[in-house]
Amino acid sequence: MTHTFVGMPPFPVAAREALADTQLRHNLGHATATIRGKRDQVVAEVENWEELRLAGAAVKDRALRGLDQHLVQLEESLTDRGATVHWARDAVEANRIVVDVARRHRVDEVVKVKSMVTQEIGLNEALQAEGIAAWETDLAELIVQLGGDLPSHILVPAIHRNRAEIREIFRSKMGGVGRAAPSELSDDPAALAAAARAHLREKFLRARMAVSGANFAVAETGTLVVVESEGNGRMCLTLPDVLVSVVGIEKVVPTWAELDPLLRLLPRSSTGERMNPYTSTWSGVIPGDGPQEVHVVLLDNGRTRALADEVGRQALRCIRCSACLNVCPVYERVGGHAYGSVYPGPIGAILNPLLKGTGDPQTDSLPYASSLCGACFEACPVRIDIPEVLVHLRSKVVDGHRDDRIPKPEAVAMRSASWTFAGGRRLGRAERLTRLGIGVGRRFGAARWTATRDLPTPPKESFRAWWKRTDGRLDR
Amino acid sequence: MVTCVNDAIYPGTGAAVVRLLRRLGVDVDFPQDQACCGQPMVNTGYLDEAVPVVRNFVDAFAGYDAVVTPSGSCAGSVRHQHGLVARRAADPVLAGAVADLSPRTFELSEFLVDVLGVTDVGAYFPHRVTYHPTCHSLRMLGVGDRPRRLLEAVRGIRLVDLPHADECCGFGGTFAVKNADTSVAMGSDKARHVRETGAEVLVAGDNSCLMHIGGLLSRNQAGVRVMHLAEVLASTEADPGGAR
Repeated sequence: MTHTFVGMPPFPVAAREALADTQLRHNLGHATATIRGKRDQVVAEVENWEELRLAGAAVKDRALRGLDQHLVQLEESLTDRGATVHWARDAVEANRIVVDVARRHRVDEVVKVKSMVTQEIGLNEALQAEGIAAWETDLAELIVQLGGDLPSHILVPAIHRNRAEIREIFRSKMGGVGRAAPSELSDDPAALAAAARAHLREKFLRARMAVSGANFAVAETGTLVVVESEGNGRMCLTLPDVLVSVVGIEKVVPTWAELDPLLRLLPRSSTGERMNPYTSTWSGVIPGDGPQEVHVVLLDNGRTRALADEVGRQALRCIRCSACLNVCPVYERVGGHAYGSVYPGPIGAILNPLLKGTGDPQTDSLPYASSLCGACFEACPVRIDIPEVLVHLRSKVVDGHRDDRIPKPEAVAMRSASWTFAGGRRLGRAERLTRLGIGVGRRFGAARWTATRDLPTPPKESFRAWWKRTDGRLDR
Repeated sequence: MVTCVNDAIYPGTGAAVVRLLRRLGVDVDFPQDQACCGQPMVNTGYLDEAVPVVRNFVDAFAGYDAVVTPSGSCAGSVRHQHGLVARRAADPVLAGAVADLSPRTFELSEFLVDVLGVTDVGAYFPHRVTYHPTCHSLRMLGVGDRPRRLLEAVRGIRLVDLPHADECCGFGGTFAVKNADTSVAMGSDKARHVRETGAEVLVAGDNSCLMHIGGLLSRNQAGVRVMHLAEVLASTEADPGGAR
């Protein structure tokens, strides 16, 4: 049942395959338009939305500027409240910590709260390799897991599936891993939810260990926060004896009061709700109530690398709302899998190269997976200037190839264009010789352009040549 | 500034800007030293290659009261990217020249509405028209409803709303080549929305976007012409061609 993003082709190749899937395009177009509509409506209700965005960005920036101190404070407050804090440099270390806790308690299954970070580190696969089953309890994650599929959206991982497909997955797969779906299951949303509910209830009541992430971690109080819509998270956070929370270090918020703008920005941007149905907060161990052993794994996995990037560090403000995905025209056409990561869409196009570093062909293709239309920046509740970071990362990709023995054709073309564009007379000569506009196009592969689009006929005389001939007199 | 795309492929747009601005009493010049704003290099990640291009740009336009360009994209590049290129060059003289010139660089509709203070430019264009607000005009520059106000004041025009107008057409410079399939998928949807309006003419403030959408419309023989905003605004009863 495990799939992985490892070995995904670069974005243009993966995108081409996705574009050929008309069902996928239909599902995505419909779903993103629905979420967009809801978001627009509830955002428009807030009079000072722009001020709220600025406040949210300021909180995250303050947290990131003093990250070292806030993390130490978080560790102290968590420890004071009876939690065990672990530090993990990368995925391997983090997975090892979780596996060790599971082994110590001799559990062969854990229930999971929907968490992006545990997907980022491949925790389910690491647990599976040790003979421990990890059950996703979020409805959409369950669909993805049962379908042996990969998530394609941050908030709605099964967004690429329609109701009929979900019904088929439930009917054919649920019985093999737990309580089966009713044989007469319809594709009515309520019926599908009821089947999932019955299937999951069994797992909640049986599991002795749960794994979660956290939307925020408050340093001063040692409090982790999860916001969710279904209540499955609350079940995982309260029923089992042992709780392990894996938290990216960028999730820190210095004070409890600073949660305020973030908890107002997130649901409206994310699910298009005024407030999310469930907000759970937990701090360490409370004797006799909830998990009696609480572990918190603070994970780096490339975050300090991103933090060191002056332009790119703003991406660590991300609160994983997925608003940028829902407004992105590229994402809407190709879906999430083409990005080759659990973080798809515009934020994935910058976050992956920032976390992993540039240099790999798949990662290097991501900053180019955008038309730079700017819709993502407009929608981002914490004002991450995604187009700015995309352009910055493109320059890092280009700079990484500056010492290549054989330069790419694109680099040669850019160098020659740079020479031509650095002077009007040079450009004038180039236009006379080659009709530059079309000529440059040809060098970048006009065949790929004209396969689907007509090119305009180049005029007999450029504007420059006309001006020179007539001195700008329109009657000549 | 006449952008490199306009210069080489759409000289009529440049001529329309000249005609329009002169009609409004502006003294127009075209410094022959100008070339490109450098956006193709910056947006593809070739910052070193953009440095001499930006240097040429600020040199060519030094000493003018205003630089007017019929492109939201190029105006956006001048205002938002030239500073970045100057920092890359670590050249304080260039940085100073950029800081001096950027605020005096305007997209056409901004110049008409904000600097000249006109919305009725005395144009006549008796056609059914729909308007696509290009992404960089809309979001990078924030030109808002200025182009629309200019179009609404045109005599004889029938302006129809474009569904999903704010969505990108998929051009995106080198994106149209590097991710050609996705670009065409986006452009095809845009072309479909344009056809649905029943308009005779699609108008926008950027010829590069129009080249992409127009190329798809023409391939599908949609019978919709594309025209730059400047050409519509330059058109008068006496001279319906608008350009030269």
